[in-house]
Amino acid sequence: MSFWEYANPRKFMATTDRLLKPVFVLAALCLGTGLIWGFFFTPDDFKQGSTVKIIYLHVPSAMMAINVWAMMLITSLVWLIRRHHVSALAAKAAAPIGATMTLMALFTGAVWGQPMWGTWWEWDPRLTSFLILFLFYLGYMALWASVENPDTAADLTSVLCLVGSVFAILSRYAVNFWNQGLHQGASLSLDKEENVADVFWLPLVVCIAGFVLLFVALVLLRTRTEIRLRRIGALEMKERLA
Amino acid sequence: MIRLLARDLRLAVRAGGGFGLALAFFLIVCVLIPFGVGPSSGILGQIAPGVLWVGALLACLLSLDRIFATDHEDGSLELLATAPLPLEALTLTKAAAHWLTTGLPLTLAAPILALLLNLPMPAYGTLILSLALGTPALSMIGAFGAALTVGLKRGGLLLSLLVLPLYIPTLIFGADAVRRAAEGQGATTPLMLLALITLGSLAILPFAGAAALRMNLR
Repeated sequence: MSFWEYANPRKFMATTDRLLKPVFVLAALCLGTGLIWGFFFTPDDFKQGSTVKIIYLHVPSAMMAINVWAMMLITSLVWLIRRHHVSALAAKAAAPIGATMTLMALFTGAVWGQPMWGTWWEWDPRLTSFLILFLFYLGYMALWASVENPDTAADLTSVLCLVGSVFAILSRYAVNFWNQGLHQGASLSLDKEENVADVFWLPLVVCIAGFVLLFVALVLLRTRTEIRLRRIGALEMKERLA
Repeated sequence: MIRLLARDLRLAVRAGGGFGLALAFFLIVCVLIPFGVGPSSGILGQIAPGVLWVGALLACLLSLDRIFATDHEDGSLELLATAPLPLEALTLTKAAAHWLTTGLPLTLAAPILALLLNLPMPAYGTLILSLALGTPALSMIGAFGAALTVGLKRGGLLLSLLVLPLYIPTLIFGADAVRRAAEGQGATTPLMLLALITLGSLAILPFAGAAALRMNLR
């Protein structure tokens, strides 16, 4: 058993066919439990009132926004080094999900920021770097869409992903330098004294798990679609030649 | 490399390859801004660092798609790729030619335009220094973007979407250096970070650009 055997599209399709439904069910369970628990069975924060409940959407989507890019970076590297098509297609499949997550984090952040900070938008380092991340996602997807040859497209987007990662991290610290923040620091770290209180923390962790599972399910589904699209393309080509 | 550089420079100057175009664009941006925000010299002086940097950045962007596209159209890019010169050196040379025809003139013209925008006196040296340090990074990043989009039909628009986010760190440090100098603070830290970006880009991006070229020409 090697991890690399999933690089074979047939093997990948067979395994994910069995995996897809359980992952979707698990994601729905986690999200359902986490959100209902978070929305109805946790107390209001003593300062923020009930607006604190947006945390159950804001934090998981923000975490996913960054981690999806990291996953794309890894799959891009796998494509460049070992040239497994499934890997490149997974990166392609993940990009729109990541962009949606980024947009969702920005949107929920704005909705949360309006009552708490009194503004929808502030040029805060964290907010700004998320906007920049969103631009990177847009550029990445646009490049995928505009190159016709699928292998060249995979190559070029992978290189863009690598260079983009470097510049995204650079921008992250550059905007810190540029403006002071309004956003709070990390409050979910495992090694810190001051964290979110346990009543909020437990449903939040369930929600994060739900988001991760949902992402896995969607990526698998979209990758399967991409593989099928590739197969249709090959069949059409064969038909035209015959 | 030197011969290629000379060829690109000659082409840029003689064939109207955007040599004066970027400068004219920079001038127009700086003339348009006062119409947009009003002629009050206090406000203009305050936003001058940002305006000058954004203007230089956009002027740089204007001629990026010419770096490889014209050579790709007439087939000389294929010849250059099969020449003994490695593609990494080719990318670097192209970026250098782009800088000499846009970045350098922009740097030299910036003080005159700064005068129009009422930039505070102590910031002039920093303005020239920051542009001289930062524009090579703009050219290098742009050459990478041009290499990515060389074979595409709608390359120009896509190029700006890809390259502009990559320009953000350079813009932040460049404009911040000038702003600090205008306010009478020390500008050494942003200038050093700017130099870091330029040197880093020069070290890494020729390889990325060459890889993209190889993929596009395959």
